[in-house]
Amino acid sequence: MAFYVVQFLTGLASAASLFLVASGLSIIFGVTRIVNFAHGAFYMIGAYIAFTLTERLSGAFGFWGSIVLAALAVALIGVLVEMVLLRRIYHAPELFQLLATFGLTLMVEDLVVLIWGPDDLVGRRAPGFKGAIDFFGQNIPSYDLFLIVLGPVVLGILWLLFQRTRWGVLVRAATQDRDMVAALGVNQKWLFTSVFAVGVFLAALGGALQIPRDAVHHAMDLRIIVEVFVVVVIGGLGSIVGAFVAAVLVSELNAFGILIFPKISIILVFLVMAVVLIVRPWGLFGKPEAAARKTPGLTVNPWRPLTSNERLASLAVLVIAATLPLFAGNYALTVGSEIAIFVIFAVSLHFLMSVGGLASFGHAAYFGLGAYGIAFLAKMAGLPMIVCLLLGPLLGCMGAAVFGFFAVQLSGVYFAMLTLAFAQIVWSIAFQWVSVTGGDNGILGVWPEKWAASPSHFYWLALGVAALVTIALRIAVFSPFGYALRATRDSVLRSEAIGIDAKRIQWTAFVIAGTTAGIGGALFAYLKGSVFPDNLGISLSVDALVMVLLGGVETVSGAVIGAIVYKALNIWLVSQTDLSKLVLGGFIVLIVVVFPKGIVGMLEMLAQRRRKSSPPRSPLLAKPIESAE
Amino acid sequence: MKLTVQDLNSHYGPAHILFDIGFEVGEGEVVALLGRNGAGKSTTFRSIVGLVAQRSGRIMFEGKDVSAKPTHEIVREGLGYVPEERRIFTDLTVEENLEVGRQPRRPNAPHWTREKLFTLFPNLGEMKNRPGGRMSGGEQQMLTIARTLMGNPSLVLLDEPSEGLSPKIVEQMVDAILTMKKEGVSIVVSEQNLHFARLISDRAYIIERGRICFGGTMAELDARPDIRDAHLSL
Repeated sequence: MAFYVVQFLTGLASAASLFLVASGLSIIFGVTRIVNFAHGAFYMIGAYIAFTLTERLSGAFGFWGSIVLAALAVALIGVLVEMVLLRRIYHAPELFQLLATFGLTLMVEDLVVLIWGPDDLVGRRAPGFKGAIDFFGQNIPSYDLFLIVLGPVVLGILWLLFQRTRWGVLVRAATQDRDMVAALGVNQKWLFTSVFAVGVFLAALGGALQIPRDAVHHAMDLRIIVEVFVVVVIGGLGSIVGAFVAAVLVSELNAFGILIFPKISIILVFLVMAVVLIVRPWGLFGKPEAAARKTPGLTVNPWRPLTSNERLASLAVLVIAATLPLFAGNYALTVGSEIAIFVIFAVSLHFLMSVGGLASFGHAAYFGLGAYGIAFLAKMAGLPMIVCLLLGPLLGCMGAAVFGFFAVQLSGVYFAMLTLAFAQIVWSIAFQWVSVTGGDNGILGVWPEKWAASPSHFYWLALGVAALVTIALRIAVFSPFGYALRATRDSVLRSEAIGIDAKRIQWTAFVIAGTTAGIGGALFAYLKGSVFPDNLGISLSVDALVMVLLGGVETVSGAVIGAIVYKALNIWLVSQTDLSKLVLGGFIVLIVVVFPKGIVGMLEMLAQRRRKSSPPRSPLLAKPIESAE
Repeated sequence: MKLTVQDLNSHYGPAHILFDIGFEVGEGEVVALLGRNGAGKSTTFRSIVGLVAQRSGRIMFEGKDVSAKPTHEIVREGLGYVPEERRIFTDLTVEENLEVGRQPRRPNAPHWTREKLFTLFPNLGEMKNRPGGRMSGGEQQMLTIARTLMGNPSLVLLDEPSEGLSPKIVEQMVDAILTMKKEGVSIVVSEQNLHFARLISDRAYIIERGRICFGGTMAELDARPDIRDAHLSL
């Protein structure tokens, strides 16, 4: 019995840091409507700076002073980030904000390694809380007890701050109606900055307080951010009490999940989140959102099919691409195949995002499922390659059918978070179910048959499939189904009023996109000859988002260009520098701020500017306050 | 002049909504902006306080050009705005709603305190701690006006204050507006209801399809039944 009590207390102690970080994220989201992906990065910097300071400053005052000082320093960094970066993108669609803050995260990951080195750092114990307390034969670290008390204390302070101060009243008002707050004479800019500073302070404090418990390392950001997403989604975005309750719930699920289901402890938390989202999409303590802000897809120029000249030009480009094996070597051909595969992957996400208005943050799940499908069929069932290629993507299709059904019940950031959670579930299964998937070691030896084995043949296969997929999806865009899908994207309410079953259309689009991604994954498995959990990881999902964004979300098939440029750049970058994440992150931030319309979008705008003297402004970065009278 | 609007043009995306709007408001004057649904009354107000991004023209308030300023600075100059949709903060109590509107005292404008506003709108004083979301439409209308007055404005843009209210509340609203006028607040009130406008206004402008098509005293408007019938539905 004592053991379970101690396990429960350990869970409560973990909940403290999780609550600090999650409440910060929630407060920032409430006012700025930005889901701050970089929140984990701020948590991590908090831990690193606290580590350095506690090493330098001695004594009890030195230790606790360092913790607070570290949190303040990071809050200052947060203020800079808000003023320099976020102020430019408050009015952009939420996808852009998620991506920009994700870019920041990537940069920070490389920066901390540059500054503090790649090794784990073990911090000092907290003065006065070094020992453990005996509880019926079980030890409880006294620092854990300190954390258990700290959680509710911080909750109380935050409650007073929001209920009893003018700043708190303004923040709560802005959470509901930012423009009205401005129309009453309040400077939103500084309100936003101060809110961001408070949120980041909480994250950094959470990180700094972890150093007596855990080693500081450069991957702690992603680990906490996924958990924090789960916490705020379960508790309800914008609710501090919700963040507290959910942090406790998640920490206890972790603490006891390991005892009861050691194999699926990761999955347990995500399953709870999925259930909460389906039953109460706005979380336990959240409030249903008023009509969500539009995800990208607002096109200024109506989409049109290619003219016959443009078709001929595209065909010519394809033919030129097909001549690559005549003069390129094997390495170039393998790179070419990889690019073609990523075109398939990017085009599938583009279909879901741009045409369907559904920005998935876990699209790699279906890519990876396709890859695993091939591995199972080829390695275990020993089927011929053609059959595998036809059946393998079905695993992606089935995954998309199951998860898509739940995901399309939501929209906007919640949709993004749910797809991310589903992708993490699939990843956990691939990672933990070692007997079937090989776990971290993956499945090796998935090679193509002789007819497709040579680099040139495989390149032609990949190129051909990529071309077919792109054409098929373009046809779908201009089919009645495509019209219906675009109608639901632009207004669910109006499309339902003319008899379109919005959820079914979106679900179908999700399945189409998932299956297509599965085709890409299937080819990828043959290209690499192996399948790993990374093939369905977050970073691959984000790669896909960047490719679509780079090509242009407002375009019909900009993702093709986006995938080619991004993948080529990525492969080149990794071969050139060790700081590829830093460069890549900076690149993502730059696109979001400077080229929100992407490469193809920019080209289209330039072409249009030549035709017309005054180009219409992109609605993406225009102020959104304008709603019709 | 308290407020002078010149050549105001506004767009929502590709749609041109306001065309060369111009009007004036004198010190302590109550001016009505009359027009049908969708004529451009609300857009005019939103443009003046900077809530419409795509707009051009000159907006002179107390001799200063405020057209390039952001919304909160325009409002802090003493130009209050009461939106048609009321936009009460539903999670905040009556007192907290008023707190959001509070601004420092201004030398050239009447000073409003909570107590003074609770005498102007006695209903509000009886529900200080009630959340905005649990109030009736009429109570919300009073709260939205009181909230703007907490900013001690010298001029208030009142967007359709009588809309959707019962006749009894409308009477209270007339009294409140006349009190505000007596205190020295200049008012621009947008209305579809000519009877209501006549009870409170010194002068009137008529707006139709984004253009001003009449301006004059209430007596001059009454002398032109043709204009009245063409542009206002009675």
